[in-house]
Amino acid sequence: MKARVFVTLKPSVLDPQGRTIADALHSMGYTGVGDVRQGKYFELDVDAPSADQTRAVAAEVADKLLANPVIESYRIEVDG
Amino acid sequence: MKFAVVVFPGSNCDHDAYHAARHVLGQDAVFVWHKETSLQGADAVILPGGFSHGDYLRTGAIARFSPVMNTVTAFARGGGPVLGICNGFQILLEAGLLPGAMLRNKDLKFHCEHVHLRVEQTDTPFTLRAPVGQTLRIPIAHGEGNYFAEPDVLRDLEASRRVVFRYCDTSGIATPGSNPNGAVNNIAGICNEGRNVVGLMPHPERACEPALGSADGLVLFESVVSALAAQASLP
Repeated sequence: MKARVFVTLKPSVLDPQGRTIADALHSMGYTGVGDVRQGKYFELDVDAPSADQTRAVAAEVADKLLANPVIESYRIEVDG
Repeated sequence: MKFAVVVFPGSNCDHDAYHAARHVLGQDAVFVWHKETSLQGADAVILPGGFSHGDYLRTGAIARFSPVMNTVTAFARGGGPVLGICNGFQILLEAGLLPGAMLRNKDLKFHCEHVHLRVEQTDTPFTLRAPVGQTLRIPIAHGEGNYFAEPDVLRDLEASRRVVFRYCDTSGIATPGSNPNGAVNNIAGICNEGRNVVGLMPHPERACEPALGSADGLVLFESVVSALAAQASLP
């Protein structure tokens, strides 16, 4: 099954890349866009029999590798 | 004494560290490939700078799972001196051997320049030969050296005197202008609770001979030689 993992910087962490993108958007005229936060997106093909087990595997690898809990948090979506 | 210089795919300061240990200090030194599980009887370990695994995912995030890191962790937990330089520091953070994490430099630029560092602590094996407050002129070369830790972790680091190096100006004062990357509290290097694991973003191994523009980094390597000699002479 497919799991999608979204990794984002915690709100307390400054995101210099997001800030730079926001500045660029403002200079392009998109003044209605406020803050921008940049994150990472992963698609995992997981060999597991159920959505719950797929989610459990995705959470385990997110905890161990995909996200650094000091600066990042994550959210998981599973098909089906 | 014997230094082990760990080599990850993408390490590029391994030879500089080896050169400093072997040719400048005249000590024994060996390279240890990241897939090995033995440190070949080394007395001190250096995790060198570079771009291990291409900095994919996060700096140091993949290197921390290399087989050699189990051995390095056991060596560190046993009190063995471990020095993480630049990417080596990032690997120590990802491995949880040091607290905190690295963010992109505040200005998003890769900084390659000489900076000044103030030695804040001299009771680590890598700084015991330096006087407190000594200012070292050492190069940096990184895009992700913006040290971050949550406020409670930071308070603990400061209270337990574990900030070992701080970016400073030429007169040794930590100012916003002397901070090249936005690191919190001008932190350039820290140590663990046992004080035997030290990580720093600047490159002391690139500043061990006057011909390189500065020999200020040599004191880190001389310090660990002294620390181990003192340990060996204990009854």
